[in-house]
Amino acid sequence: MDWLTTVDHKKIAILYLVAGGFFFGIGGIEALLIRVQLAKPMNDFVSAQQFNELITMHGTTMIFLGVMPVIFALMNAVIPLQIGARDVAFPFLNSLGFWTFLFGGLLLNLSWFMGGAPDAGWTSYTPLSTNAYSLTHGVDFYTIGLQIAGLGTLIGGLNFLATIITMRAPGMSFMRMPMFTWTSFVTSAMILFAFPAVTVGLVLLTFDRILGANFFEVSKGGNPVLWQHIFWIFGHPEVYILILPAFGVISEVISTFSRKRLFGYSSMVFATILIAFLGFMVWAHHMFTTGLGPVANALFSIATMLIAVPTGIKIFNWLFTMWGGQIRFTTANLFAAGFIPTFVMGGVTGVMLASAPADYQYHDTYFVVAHFHYVIVGGLVLGLFAGLHYWWPKMFGRILSEKLGKIEFWTFIIGFQLTFFVQHFLGLIGMQRRVFTYLPNQGFDLMNLISTIGAFLMGVGVIVFLVNIGITSRKPVGAANDPWDDGRTLEWSIPSPPPEYNFKQIPLVRGLDAFWKEKAAGHTEMTPSEPVGPIHMPSPTILPFVMSLGIFIAGLGFMFTSDDFGNSFLNFIFNNYIVTGLGLAVTFGSMLLRSLFDDHGWHIEEDELNGKGVKA
Amino acid sequence: MTTPHAQQTTDTIPHELEKATLEGRNKVLTFWLFLGGESVLFGTLFATFLTLRNQVADGPSASELFNLPMTAAATFILLVSSLTSVFAIQAMHRGNKKSLSGWLSVTVLLGLAFLILEIYEFREYMVHEDYSMTTSAFSSAFYTLVGFHGAHVLFGILWIGILIGQLAKKGLNVVTAPKIYVSAMYWHFIDVVWVFIFTVVYLLGKVA
Repeated sequence: MDWLTTVDHKKIAILYLVAGGFFFGIGGIEALLIRVQLAKPMNDFVSAQQFNELITMHGTTMIFLGVMPVIFALMNAVIPLQIGARDVAFPFLNSLGFWTFLFGGLLLNLSWFMGGAPDAGWTSYTPLSTNAYSLTHGVDFYTIGLQIAGLGTLIGGLNFLATIITMRAPGMSFMRMPMFTWTSFVTSAMILFAFPAVTVGLVLLTFDRILGANFFEVSKGGNPVLWQHIFWIFGHPEVYILILPAFGVISEVISTFSRKRLFGYSSMVFATILIAFLGFMVWAHHMFTTGLGPVANALFSIATMLIAVPTGIKIFNWLFTMWGGQIRFTTANLFAAGFIPTFVMGGVTGVMLASAPADYQYHDTYFVVAHFHYVIVGGLVLGLFAGLHYWWPKMFGRILSEKLGKIEFWTFIIGFQLTFFVQHFLGLIGMQRRVFTYLPNQGFDLMNLISTIGAFLMGVGVIVFLVNIGITSRKPVGAANDPWDDGRTLEWSIPSPPPEYNFKQIPLVRGLDAFWKEKAAGHTEMTPSEPVGPIHMPSPTILPFVMSLGIFIAGLGFMFTSDDFGNSFLNFIFNNYIVTGLGLAVTFGSMLLRSLFDDHGWHIEEDELNGKGVKA
Repeated sequence: MTTPHAQQTTDTIPHELEKATLEGRNKVLTFWLFLGGESVLFGTLFATFLTLRNQVADGPSASELFNLPMTAAATFILLVSSLTSVFAIQAMHRGNKKSLSGWLSVTVLLGLAFLILEIYEFREYMVHEDYSMTTSAFSSAFYTLVGFHGAHVLFGILWIGILIGQLAKKGLNVVTAPKIYVSAMYWHFIDVVWVFIFTVVYLLGKVA
């Protein structure tokens, strides 16, 4: 119950982590089923329809429900601590964002049990995703589930923007902000400008499928390429929404474990902003083969290649940070170091794909699959593992086992390279993506088998991680404030896990890497910027949960409005929008309650603060 | 520019009550950001509409359909409601609660009038012209863009209506002021969006 009503950013971080981990597991199982099917030619492990559902759900789940919430978990756990704040700007909205995300994800996955999962690919290209070609309710689950989950993401992004703009501790100027906070800030801004586009795209597709609208129906004047434009003007920035926080994590981890200040801090900041800006300008590079013409293809080609410049700046800055540092290869740092070459390789194939004429060859082959898995798994997932190992003691007060962590790292990264390295060559010799099987003796057999073995090795790596978590959670809470001894930023100046008010006194920031600066000056604690006084805390509330539940019911009701259930009562309540209305009434009703009853929160008094003490 | 009224009341209430607390400032800032996101939302809808506006299939085209005098009247009503919401915020800055809730009520009534005109317009098309969401790609784009705006107006009416009630119950203070200020921002935004709709959908539709 405590977990349903919490508005504490650290607890919401754990909720995001658990939910994200759960969906990550589902997406992983889907991936393994795909690899089993493709392990040998002419396999009949799953049918073509099931294979379509698996690839669709694997992509959708991993992007929207797997990695996204784990990023949000890290952001929630770390940002307020890094900027010296007691909480986020809107604790209520923080909780609301989580619950809408969770209910959206649950709705999407309900499709497995309610007549068939979405089967039009994670991009849901029209006309494949229209009623004519996608017969089940699968795509409806996709459009409405993602709509609800996307709402949660947008709310989260807005909250982080406000938090970072207004709640930084005294002395923490923008150019003294830790790199992870910076990349999260830029990511949140990208979420703000990218997600409303997909909101509209999903609405259009929903209207086409449920209300009989004609946005993508060619016979009535609709335009299927419109979907691709709308999807990718969101979808391309989304790639950077995912990778930028990972860049932030890598920057923190590498600088901590090299015992050196991040090389080229300000160039890192501007590279981040430049990547975000260019990320919005290149969406049509996914559409070179739709026939936009040579001018558009050339412009988008060049714009795409430009992104290599700020990304290269970042890569070299990480290398220069390590150069001459006293490097310690903890698990977190192993993941960070493993990230660099893998991500560079994903970037290089990215430049290859950005060349429009070459893309005509690579398009829809396994080369593309290899490329984006190098970026997203070899970049983002390695970054997330680095971040989780690094901040685990801060989040839970226990250090993960380094021994198991190293086993995890090696099985995961070797498995990863086995899985995806060969896929480049599979693509180059002509294996298509999205096809559920292939004929023997085309040169695909051995490489596919290697790829499948690699995928299972990655699975073993993840299981080792789960075992590590299980074993660690039995240990007592007892991590030091600064368990790595070399912590540079504010989160390491307070106990692990932090008390619910984070900072007894808001610290005074006197430079970049605030805590390191104090340690270098011989202090063990931050200088406070305010006297000890009562701390105002927001009250827990169930309303965000209820609001999201209402949206969930409304979405489920809306999906079935044109169905015939063969039961007059069910037909009546669904076909007359009664279920939809009921759900919306629950949501708007709780919004009304929220509006009518002011909640002034509560205070933690001074003596209570002193009783608890700041020293761990 | 400070008005004499504002100076008179500086001893009793802060000059900008909505920004007197951190929470209030956060709300105003975040709402600006939110409107940035809303701009993308409407921008995408406009792009969709512009792509499909001549795709009428065998249904009527814009120039056959639209009734400009009525839409112009609706536009005028909505623009005036934006002005009355400015009066409301000015009244709030003077600390005049009565005038504030009066102007807010006028704003809500004008919004309601706009909405009634729009519903009437949609009904005309649907019943008399047999023109619906399913007629053509143009009709889908038209109803979606204008309907999204209409839903925003409806939400604004309900929202400001509740705020008038809150104002009566709780008075004008640091909790209610940011809410009222933010709702006025919202109201201006949907007004600006309507100006674009009137230009791009109705005027352009009539001449093309």
